[in-house]
Amino acid sequence: MPLLSVKDLRTYFHTRNGIYRAVDGVSFDLDRGETLGIVGESGSGKSVTCYSLMGLIPQPPGRIESGTALFDGVDLLRATPAQTRAIRGKRIAMIFQDPMTSLNPYLRISEQLIEPLLIHEKLSKTEAMRRGLAMLEAVGINDAAKRIRYYPHEFSGGMRQRVMIAMALITKPEILIADEPTTALDVTVQAQILELIKKMQQELGMAVIFITHDLGVVSGLCDRVQVMYAGRIVETSGTRELFREPRHPYTRALQHSIPSLQAKGSELFTIPGMPPDLSKPLAGCAFAARCPQAADRCRQETPQLAPWKPGHQQACLRVQAGEI
Amino acid sequence: MPDPILELQDVRTHFPIHEGFVIRRQTGTVKAVDGVTLSVRRGEVLGLVGESGCGKSTLARTIMQLVPTTGGTVILEGKNLTAGSAAEIRNVRHDLQMVFQDPFASLNPRMTVFATLAEPLLVHGRCTAAEATREVAELMQLVGLAPRFMQKYPHEFSGGQRQRIAIARALALRPKVIIADEPVSALDVSIQAQILNLLSQLTRKMNLSLVFIAHDLSVVKHISDRVAVMYLGKIVELGSAVEVIEHPQHPYTRALVSAIPVPDPDIERNRRRIVLPGDPPSPINPPAGCAFHPRCPHAKEVCRGAVPPLVTHAGREVACVRLGEF
Repeated sequence: MPLLSVKDLRTYFHTRNGIYRAVDGVSFDLDRGETLGIVGESGSGKSVTCYSLMGLIPQPPGRIESGTALFDGVDLLRATPAQTRAIRGKRIAMIFQDPMTSLNPYLRISEQLIEPLLIHEKLSKTEAMRRGLAMLEAVGINDAAKRIRYYPHEFSGGMRQRVMIAMALITKPEILIADEPTTALDVTVQAQILELIKKMQQELGMAVIFITHDLGVVSGLCDRVQVMYAGRIVETSGTRELFREPRHPYTRALQHSIPSLQAKGSELFTIPGMPPDLSKPLAGCAFAARCPQAADRCRQETPQLAPWKPGHQQACLRVQAGEI
Repeated sequence: MPDPILELQDVRTHFPIHEGFVIRRQTGTVKAVDGVTLSVRRGEVLGLVGESGCGKSTLARTIMQLVPTTGGTVILEGKNLTAGSAAEIRNVRHDLQMVFQDPFASLNPRMTVFATLAEPLLVHGRCTAAEATREVAELMQLVGLAPRFMQKYPHEFSGGQRQRIAIARALALRPKVIIADEPVSALDVSIQAQILNLLSQLTRKMNLSLVFIAHDLSVVKHISDRVAVMYLGKIVELGSAVEVIEHPQHPYTRALVSAIPVPDPDIERNRRRIVLPGDPPSPINPPAGCAFHPRCPHAKEVCRGAVPPLVTHAGREVACVRLGEF
C-alpha cells in the first residue's frame, strides 16, 4: 500500500478574471522511502499540488474542487483541523524555495527549531534544545552550540536552507516536501544542499517529494519523475527511463531546451509560444498549440494519463494511438 | 588584442562601511571589484560567471558608470569613462546600454511599451515625435514583439516578453556594447532558450559586443565566445568559453563546473563531484593570499602568501600558483 495516494486532485482559484484551474485532475502514489520529482515550468501547478496536500491553499480564492489524498487512512483534503495539526509539521514536513522569507526574522534559530518538538512531542525545553543541537550538527552547521542562539540574518543563504531542513526533519517526518529548495542558491551551495537531502533521507528513511524546474537536479536525486503541464501530469516514469525514452512531446521538448545538451553555436531549441491561460476553458490537449506533432484530434479530445509500459504513463493521444 | 571596443584596466570598486551615528567613521571597506583587467572585442560575447557576491554585478555597474570607481580605468572606444565628466559620460552612454535581471522590476509599470521605447529616442534626439511610432514599431519587430501591443503596459506581458521589451529599450539607441546582468535567470527553461537565441541573433546582426553575466555555466558556454570566472572581486580564469568550461584549470572553476547537475541520470549518479566546503568568504575581510585557499582542495602553505597573478597557461589566463601541480 502506498504511503500517500492522491486521486483526481483539482484545485481552482476563483478570481475576478475567472476560474483559474491551477491543478486539474492530478493522481499519483508515493511509496515509503521513495524520492519523487515533480517537474514543470512556472504555473504548471507543481507547487499548488503540494500546497493542497499540506492545507496551505488560501481559501478563498482557492478551493479544492475534488479529489482525495489518503495518508495513513486520513484524507488530507478533508481532514479536521485537529487531524491536520497532528500530521502537518510532524509526519509530513515541508521546506520552501526562499530561506530568506520562510524563517521568522524576530526569533532566534533555537526557538524556531525546537518549536515542533515542544508542540508535537511535548518535550521539555532542555530536552528539545539537546535534540535541536544534534539536528543542527547533523545538517552540517559547525559550532552549533553558539550558532543556535543566532538570528536568521546572521546566516548566509545556504546556511539558512540548512536550518530550514533541520527544522523540517527534527520530528523525523515520513514525507518531506521540498519546493524548489535550491533555486535561490548558488550552484556550489546547491550541490551541498542536494548531498545533505540525500544523506538525511538515507538516515531517516523518509519519502521525498522534490519540486523543481531543473531536469539536472532531478536526474541525480529522484527515483521517479512526473512532468506537469498546465495543471496536469503529462508523463510519469522511473528517472532513467524518462531521460532515455521520453514519450510525451512536452517532455521531449523540455529535455531538448536544456542548453548543456545542445551543440554550441547552433540555434537553441525552443518551444514556440507560451503555456495556455488556465482561466480560459481549454478544449483538447493543453500542449496542442505548441506541439510540433499536434493533429486535429489533439485540439478536441482531452487526453488521459495511460500506461505506456509498466511503471511508465503518459498522456499524449497520438503516442497512445501508436502514431508517433 | 584585435580591435578591442571596451577595455578595463585594474578596475577597483570599493564601498566604505560606516559605523556610528553621532561620530561617523569608516570602519572597513567592501572590495566588491578588486583589480579587474579585461577587454571586449567588437562583436564578441564575453561571459562573466561567479557565485553571488563575487562582484560580477558591481563590475557591470562600474562599466556603466552607475557606481563611482575607486581606481583603474574603463575605456570605451578610446574614451576614458572614469576620467570623464557627467556630461561627457552622457554623450557616450548611448553606445553602452544595460539589460537587467528582473524584467518585473526594471520596467516602469506606469509607462506603456511605446513610452518606454520612445523615451531614449526622443531624449537623445534620434527622431521626432512624429517618427517615434514607426521607430518603436521597428524596435518591437526586431525583438519579436508584435507592434500592435505598443499601447500596452508591462503587467500585460509575460516574463519573457517583458525581457524582450527591456532588450528593445537597450537597443533603441543602436549601442555598440550591451551589458546584460543575468538576463535569463528569472525565466523558465523554454523561455530562457528563446531569449538566448534572440540575444545571439542580435549580436550577429548588429555587430554588437555583449557582456553576458550569469551564474549558469551551461548557458554561458552556449552563448559566449570567451568567459571570465570571478571569485571575490578578482578574475581567476579567462579564456575561450568551450576550453574553460570543458577543461577548467583553476580549482575554483573546476568546482563550479562539477557542481552543475547534469540532466542525464547515468552520468549524474556515477561521476565524482567536488563539493566545496563552506560559503564564499566575505569581501570585507578577504583571506590573505589567494582568496580561494580556505575552500580549495589543493591549497598549500604557498597559497596563503601572495595574491596569485593571472598567468597564461593552457591557452588561457589563470590565477593560481600551483598550476600543473595537481
